[in-house]
Amino acid sequence: MRRLVVIAIPYLWLIALFLIPFVIVLKIALSDTALAIPPYMPQFDISAGWQGIRDFFSQLDFENFVFLTTDDLYWKAYLSSVQIAAISTFCTLLIGFPIAYGMARAPEEWRPTLMMLVILPFWTSFLIRVYAWVGILSNEGVLNQFLMALGLIDSPLQILNTPTAVYIGITYTYLPFMILPIYAALERLDGALLEAAEDLGCSRLTAFWLITVPLARNGIIAGCFLVFIPAVGEFVIPSLLGGSRTLMIGKVLWEEFFSNRDWPVASAVAVILLLILVIPIALFQRNEQKQREAEE
Amino acid sequence: MKRLSWFNVTSLTFGFAFLYLPMVILVIYSFNSSKLVTVWAGFSTRWYGELLQNDQMLDAAWVTIRVALASATLATILGTLAAYVLVRSGRFLGRTLFGGMIYAPLVMPEVITGLSLFLLFKPIFNQLGIHTIILAHATFSMCYASVVVSSRLVSFDRSLEEAALDLGATPFEAFRLVTLPIIAPAVISAWLLSFTLSLDDLVIASFTTGPGATTLPMKIWSAVRLGVSPEINALSTIMIGIVTIGVITASLASKRAAVRRAGEERAAVRT
Amino acid sequence: MPQTVFAPWDDPNEKPLIRFQNVTKRFGDFTAIDDISLDIYTREFFALLGPSGCGKTTLMRMLAGFETPTEGTILLSGQDIAPVPPNKRAVNMMFQSYALFPHLSVWENIAFGLKREGKDKGTIETRVAEMLKLTRLEKFKHRKPHQISGGQRQRVALARSLAKAPKLLLLDEPLGALDRKLREETQFELMDIQEKTGTTFVIVTHDQEEAMTVASRVAVMDEGKLMQVATPDRIYETPNSVYVADFIGDVNIFEGRAHQTGDKVQMIWADGQPPLSCTTSKNFSLDQKCWLAIRPEKIAISAERPQAANTVRGKVIDIAYLGNISTYHVALPSGQMIKAQAANTRRIERRTFTWEDEVWLSWTDTAGVLLDR
Repeated sequence: MRRLVVIAIPYLWLIALFLIPFVIVLKIALSDTALAIPPYMPQFDISAGWQGIRDFFSQLDFENFVFLTTDDLYWKAYLSSVQIAAISTFCTLLIGFPIAYGMARAPEEWRPTLMMLVILPFWTSFLIRVYAWVGILSNEGVLNQFLMALGLIDSPLQILNTPTAVYIGITYTYLPFMILPIYAALERLDGALLEAAEDLGCSRLTAFWLITVPLARNGIIAGCFLVFIPAVGEFVIPSLLGGSRTLMIGKVLWEEFFSNRDWPVASAVAVILLLILVIPIALFQRNEQKQREAEE
Repeated sequence: MKRLSWFNVTSLTFGFAFLYLPMVILVIYSFNSSKLVTVWAGFSTRWYGELLQNDQMLDAAWVTIRVALASATLATILGTLAAYVLVRSGRFLGRTLFGGMIYAPLVMPEVITGLSLFLLFKPIFNQLGIHTIILAHATFSMCYASVVVSSRLVSFDRSLEEAALDLGATPFEAFRLVTLPIIAPAVISAWLLSFTLSLDDLVIASFTTGPGATTLPMKIWSAVRLGVSPEINALSTIMIGIVTIGVITASLASKRAAVRRAGEERAAVRT
Repeated sequence: MPQTVFAPWDDPNEKPLIRFQNVTKRFGDFTAIDDISLDIYTREFFALLGPSGCGKTTLMRMLAGFETPTEGTILLSGQDIAPVPPNKRAVNMMFQSYALFPHLSVWENIAFGLKREGKDKGTIETRVAEMLKLTRLEKFKHRKPHQISGGQRQRVALARSLAKAPKLLLLDEPLGALDRKLREETQFELMDIQEKTGTTFVIVTHDQEEAMTVASRVAVMDEGKLMQVATPDRIYETPNSVYVADFIGDVNIFEGRAHQTGDKVQMIWADGQPPLSCTTSKNFSLDQKCWLAIRPEKIAISAERPQAANTVRGKVIDIAYLGNISTYHVALPSGQMIKAQAANTRRIERRTFTWEDEVWLSWTDTAGVLLDR
């Protein structure tokens, strides 16, 4: 009995505030835009009984999804979101892996400090960290001033308001999510394994490819998902750093909702975004599950 | 073997420079006396003074703190329960669904969570505001909280609870007197994490807010959309400063405790 | 009152404190306990002995209430304890990991159970002081578990589980975490405390020496079944199966076929060798497969052929010198290796045989036990 209550409280909370909202999003995505409050049709009329429910379902349609295919803004936004997220994830891995590797190889007494240095930015405001790059990347920004002072360039580079700025922003803000799982995997790696590999005739580099990378695989996979999945739906970074020319679906959804107040279309955008992310989310969950089972 | 190779030293140096330089630059420019953020015109604390006179900013900060306190507390309670269920309850109907609902919000794009919660709240509450932001924040923070607590619970020696039961404690007493005090550090860090997640959130709060409930990130957002503002630099510096001091104090305290404990354990072997 | 040997299990009028009645426990497809019936009596020091995975811990956890039997009943003082949750049982357990609460001091750990009973402050103070004295921990009462040594932790765990004066104390590998020397000291301490408090102890162990030292009776378990339940000396001297003989101490096993006349059996065991003779109270049919188990210390070793009921010839392959005694590994012509032990009453250089020497092994017809399984 008591066990049931303990299970029920968080379970019901998540069903009510996580699962049901998705069902509502789906329902509204199938409704029509209306000039009313709330701004969609049909309304659910429980008082009309069974007939009301049937009317309700008969009025749902895929009109909004059809609309999304007619305007190429949407599919371009989806495509460029996935592309930007993929490139950024790759950059994050490229920068994050050497850091994680260096941390795991560092003397043991340094590790807690290095760990804290990685986590510290995570505790500071996300918004502020993205905002910091506006001052660095703008035409009169610190980076351009620096490069011009060195004489490397004559006129300022246009970085802010380009996809490059978005790559930098995502890589920067999501870096701890990449470093931590990889570090966790590498730290557990027994140094004797590498010595054994070298003893058996591997060069340093082949030992790295044959031993270190495979054993860090789960950490790398977890890190990539932790960066890629939220990056696809990212809103703040493309809005602040990407300018009007960088299309990302999170931005489109935001504008549909706040500027156009078109809830059904915003919901349809969310449903498609979710469909795109369902496979990576499922893969991520399986990876987590496997890791947890391996630890038990 | 114990010495770092040049490769490791370089990657660590560049990595941490990449992580910290932007914030250092932000902090430096918050002391710039010029309104033009990119031109250094001498040291000044002018923007801090103006910030403290900005009542709207202070109001927003107060709203944010109230939301964060309430949602972090709710999230910690729910997250601890959820962690307990995940680690301890073995198999039950819908366990996979439950695990999925805990892990999915960790990677769910905020725009989706925000929109879906808005569509849920809109017909239920006749006005959205602080209360709906609190509910929304508690929901996504509880997942982070449960991950933090469950990672501690996994390594918790179950025989401690059995020992408490064996000595006559009820299951609730066993939790309150034995489990909770031992996992307390994890529960506290779960609370702190939930607190900062709530302080930090722009997107979900924007969707679930209502009239009169403007949080600090929303205020910052409307300011920075127009470009760099020295006042926001000052505000950022204060926030970075508070977090840095907090995290460093906490880690020093836990390190001191660990050192003392290690010393006592060594002494115990000798007696 | 006349001094009698403590043996309630031989008294048909004695009521057992614990009675397992056809208890079976399954975890999914795995049968951990297979139809066990067993009586344990008040004031006994009862040892459950077996290799890991034999079900001994499950049996104990059922007594504590952390597992419930799939079939059968467990009676404590005649009452079925199945519906009683662990926190309501007059049974306490000392955990293998000790399970000391790390955030509580030694004193608070010992007082934990008493406080749950809602005893008044004075009673708790007195009782905890008594326990601290019993386990010689007075000096450490304000320390936390991580501030004391392994042996002291073991005593805290014991004091804590004894504080509520349980009818039955369960000890799960209580000495497993201690080093050898401390373990031997603690064994005697445990026996002493058991005698002083008069509590019934059930101990789970995989260490046969420990079980033999402390227990009034030993139950040898294997794969969820009870192999033999008897006093330590009977388990050692008259094991009922090859498994028990082999599990407890060193033993030599000869396999052969029985030819019984009265209480004498001639065992045919190898071609061209005279049969081995022994006595038994069991009945064997003609040519029934049987095993003769003989402890190494009951086999004599000599250079000349002695006068004895059984003599076999072999070659010394190995000598394990243990100081006071030596164990000789002797290969018989059949290739079978036999261990024989001899006390080192003479200096090594005076020994009459060494590696590669031909020797005679001999034993009496009552030295071994003839087993039918």
